[in-house]
Amino acid sequence: MKQAEESTRLVVGPFNRVEGDLEVRLDVVEARVRAAFVNATLFRGIERILEGRTPMDALVIAPRICGICSVSQSHAAALALAGLMGVEPAANGRVATNLILATENLADHLTHFHLFFMPDFARPDYAAYPWHDHVVRRFAALRGTAARSILQTRALLLHIMGILAGRWPHTLAIQPGGVSRGVEAQECMRMLTVLSGVRAALEEGLFGAPLEEVAALTDVEDLERWRSTGPEGDLRLFLRIAHDLELAQSGRSYDRFLSYGAYPGGLSADDGQRLWPAGVFAQGRVGALDIATVAEDHATSYMTDRARPNAPFDGSTVPDLNNRQGYSWCKAPRLSGQPCETGALARQLMAGHPLARAMVAQGGGNVMSRVVARLVESARLVMTMEGWVRMLVPGQPWCNVADGVPDGRAIGMTEAARGALGHWVQVENGRIARYQIVAPTTWNFSPRDGAGIPGPLEHALEGAVVREGERTPLSVQHIVRSFDPCMACTVH
Amino acid sequence: MFNVIWLQSGGCGGCTMSLLCAESPDLLTTLRGAGIELLWHPSLSERTGAEALELFEDVLAGRVVLDALCMEGAVLRGPEGTGRFHTLAGTDVAMIEWVRRLCGVARHVVAVGSCAAYGGVTAAAPNILDACGLQYDGQYPGGALGAGFVARGGLPVINVAGCPTHPDWVTETLMLLARNMLDTAALDDFRRPRFYADQLVHHGCTRNEFYEYKASARHPSELGCMMEHMGCIGTQAHGDCNTRLWNGSGSCTRAGYACINCTDPEFEEPGHPFCQTPKIAGIPVGLPTDMPKAWFVALSSLAKAATPMRLAKNAVSDHQVVPPSCHPSKRR
Repeated sequence: MKQAEESTRLVVGPFNRVEGDLEVRLDVVEARVRAAFVNATLFRGIERILEGRTPMDALVIAPRICGICSVSQSHAAALALAGLMGVEPAANGRVATNLILATENLADHLTHFHLFFMPDFARPDYAAYPWHDHVVRRFAALRGTAARSILQTRALLLHIMGILAGRWPHTLAIQPGGVSRGVEAQECMRMLTVLSGVRAALEEGLFGAPLEEVAALTDVEDLERWRSTGPEGDLRLFLRIAHDLELAQSGRSYDRFLSYGAYPGGLSADDGQRLWPAGVFAQGRVGALDIATVAEDHATSYMTDRARPNAPFDGSTVPDLNNRQGYSWCKAPRLSGQPCETGALARQLMAGHPLARAMVAQGGGNVMSRVVARLVESARLVMTMEGWVRMLVPGQPWCNVADGVPDGRAIGMTEAARGALGHWVQVENGRIARYQIVAPTTWNFSPRDGAGIPGPLEHALEGAVVREGERTPLSVQHIVRSFDPCMACTVH
Repeated sequence: MFNVIWLQSGGCGGCTMSLLCAESPDLLTTLRGAGIELLWHPSLSERTGAEALELFEDVLAGRVVLDALCMEGAVLRGPEGTGRFHTLAGTDVAMIEWVRRLCGVARHVVAVGSCAAYGGVTAAAPNILDACGLQYDGQYPGGALGAGFVARGGLPVINVAGCPTHPDWVTETLMLLARNMLDTAALDDFRRPRFYADQLVHHGCTRNEFYEYKASARHPSELGCMMEHMGCIGTQAHGDCNTRLWNGSGSCTRAGYACINCTDPEFEEPGHPFCQTPKIAGIPVGLPTDMPKAWFVALSSLAKAATPMRLAKNAVSDHQVVPPSCHPSKRR
């Protein structure tokens, strides 16, 4: 490497449309990012708030970690408590919980695509492209027609929360033994009505085609055909943008994907088998998940306990701004010492979705494959939810009774829209003695670990193009947002 | 136009997520119709990084008028008064400093959510963040701006408290401000807009018949009143949740869980498990607002003795097992 190379440092922030506060420091050499440092600039300390409380209070506090992954946080807490109590949810409770989770997951995907990700292509920088006028009309921030229509669809979708969970965010409806509200047949009809409205809106605007056709996409050639001759809709528009801007060649990371598995009881209400399984996907193969190998490294975090990576059951959250190597409030989670990418793409890889597998076989995890996976998952979710509503049996129990949380420890593992979420809970003398949360964006936006290995986003940003005069490089923005980050969860 | 800048600090972002649930019409149409311009919102605007900071500088220099600063999330004073638990990305300046600067030029300051208003869950014990509200520290006036703060428009910080806030609470507050229709008399003792805070969650609760006869639920999913055993304080909580409703048809009590009084300062520290009612000699410690204790005890014991079988059975069931009986209408 030449010594004479001139390195420029860019500090990008406040980074908006990322759910929380984010700063990215870039070392730029010859118009490309050579190194990136991702800094979560806000500390929350919710784990410390949970310590000392009565265990069931976790159901009130945990969702308030994050207003966008609120129900996922609830679910992780309820699963951990259920593990301690030795209780299984009632069959209806499982299905209702999955409907609540899927509603949040789908709402998050729609919010991300329409309000967070697409508006960047309406910037004047892209005025020369043939799709630009269309994108401006449809997706310009706060003005585009898609912003308004998706807010209507999203609000309609969240009526399912009004029925099953009382409100969103921050519901107490998800309990260790099921849900706090049973519904009757007529309410099931209302949920089907809501879903038919959501289906119609997505088929008209987002896809321009039946959801089934989106879910049935199998290979990269299918996407290519959709781009060139497919139905008019935002999916096709995105594929044209992705083609012109080479988004499939942008933002590749380690291609090691982690999922804790989504929707327990998603196949049959009578057991806890997950609709989409847990595991690690790397080098084209599915591997088993050994949750005991998860550890958080604090080497570059503003935290104490930096001597070695901490397994969550031994973990701590003690802020320390005196860490000279520190640059983020985010910890660095590792699985068997390795960073992992998590999210919809990881879930669909584990679910064996052929398109997800084909995209990753061709170009790994990148801006385009992450976004396409989210859209395919959205189509699949609506279809799945319609089936779940029909699985509910009014008149049958909704919540199994279990009193008291005994001492012990348990892990609650679920999937938020943006990936693997785990709560490690230890109860002593009837109180929460330790509560450690490892959130999806903590995985994706991890800082460097003790060995100097960058986190997945940091790695994905290496090589990103910085055009002349750019202070907030667009390529960097696309890559960052392709992960659908949630900084509130990250720094819990 | 009525210009708004929205900032987020020590919080979960849930009030923004809730705001996006506004409907009939959607949020953007509502704001447009009311002449409200979101100059910058961290989740919604195009401007990122340097572009956003330029806007803040324009506002501070008076080149752009700021009609309302909305703040979501608690203000973090720690560690040791530096505020460095949150520096605004890209600036290396503590958020508390940005908040103080922008509050100094804003015509109105609106605390969105219980964190921004009073500290909320972010300020829960042990509060290592030294978090507080904009103008309250829990139930005590003070907070980040001080008890004496008055915005340029003449009002103190307006506390749209709630965890989260209902979307309409926020949009209606901004609309009233934009039309100069909100004055100090329109705020309650904790400076919440009275249009929603002068109601009790109890009003419109679908469990009211169970409440009347003290027919109580004991476990999640049961239909009875949740005041006696399950920690519900809807009879004391300020909010129009059961008449306005959430996400179409919802509310906490309608979904079978306790109202935890999330619009109140210090709701995060109830002094007992959230979903268990503290009692002395079998009588709940917290009584319905404005109700004399002796009367409550007397009426409750009378009501309990008179509980119809229908309510007693339904209260502990997860669906209605005994319907109201049908009587032929009487001829008069």
